[in-house]
Amino acid sequence: MSFYTLDARNTLCPMPVIKTQNRVAELQAGDELEVTCTDPGALNDIPAWCRINGHSVKQTHEEGSEVIILIEVNQ
Amino acid sequence: MSTQRKAVALISGGLDSLLAAKLMLDQGIHVEGINFYTGFCVEGHTHAIRKKDKDKPKRNNALWSAEQLGIKLHIIDIIEEYKDILINPKHGYGANMNPCLDCKIFMVGKAKQWMEDNGFDFIITGEVIGQRPMSQRKDLLPVVVRESGADDRLVRPLCAKNLAPTLPEREGWIDRDKMKDFSGRNRKPQMALAAEYGFEDYATPAGGCCFLTDKNYSDKLVDLWQARNRKEYDLDDIMLLKVGRHIRPKPHYKLIVSREEGENKFLSGYKKHFGHIEIKSHRGPLTLLDGKLSDEDFQYAASIAARFSQGRDADTVNVKITTQDGEEKTYDIKPMPASEIKQEWYV
Repeated sequence: MSFYTLDARNTLCPMPVIKTQNRVAELQAGDELEVTCTDPGALNDIPAWCRINGHSVKQTHEEGSEVIILIEVNQ
Repeated sequence: MSTQRKAVALISGGLDSLLAAKLMLDQGIHVEGINFYTGFCVEGHTHAIRKKDKDKPKRNNALWSAEQLGIKLHIIDIIEEYKDILINPKHGYGANMNPCLDCKIFMVGKAKQWMEDNGFDFIITGEVIGQRPMSQRKDLLPVVVRESGADDRLVRPLCAKNLAPTLPEREGWIDRDKMKDFSGRNRKPQMALAAEYGFEDYATPAGGCCFLTDKNYSDKLVDLWQARNRKEYDLDDIMLLKVGRHIRPKPHYKLIVSREEGENKFLSGYKKHFGHIEIKSHRGPLTLLDGKLSDEDFQYAASIAARFSQGRDADTVNVKITTQDGEEKTYDIKPMPASEIKQEWYV
């Protein structure tokens, strides 16, 4: 299990999802990916993408204008 | 045991593509969705840049559709490839800068490629004869079929009974009788079908999904090309066209003036890439400057920006100007009178 980060700041829907999708495709089951966004819509979009594609959101939080989403890759 | 056939559905996030995919799922077809991002998409949260929209529900409608259907969705970035479609559309533009027919042909062609690469059998779209004025005219639907290369592997479940049978129908993979014969611009049949399925809260039918169909946006895009003397753009260009007041007082530069706090925050992300003006003595907008400005131009632009600040009626407003090279200067500027900001400057 490895931990990775993805900077999706200053991008708007659906770019945070596309970046997440493309990065997750390179990871293994069990890896974690922490995505940082400034688009508040990512708080909805990335978890929706995870549900559709079978991955898990372990945590979300906001720091100032940033939203941070921690994903566990499941398959 | 018969093979389960697989279809890739173009999912825009609208009602029609949602229903088209559902009709195929009901026939036991394995469906996965594909959504193409051109950069010109109108999505709820693009509007939610503005503070007044902050509390509006934010969702990507294509993702929502996929979740309603229980299917995977592949979102494909086609920003670079799409440039040629927009700049050189074989079939021309619609009422504004919308190359709808070329766009549809391109996207169906991409879906065909994805279908072949992933071992799928056919393509689904939510097209309805006569619904959209450019790409869904009855005489043009066959053009999409032919020029995309999809040929008879393109199924339009919502109007299939009005069209020639496709390969999946002839092969018995899908039952023609279980598809629909919708046509025209009336959305009531689709809304009735959505009610049958229990779909609620779907994206407003007939809502514009592409900024290129919008006159104001298209005017800004044409202005950008004319000012640069070439038809080029990158993603940041087309995102910035969606935000702020665009004011071109001289041919060689324009101001992008934020209209409120949400836009201020959004435009702040571009400060390192553009010269910009910040109002220091009063509450006021962040203004980006697109173009090459002289010192005189900067001060002229600052007087315009000051007009949109809380200091608009003050004798002077203190501004900080940062050039594209990062050089900073401060000035006390007299705000330009409203009567001197010409209507033709607004892009």
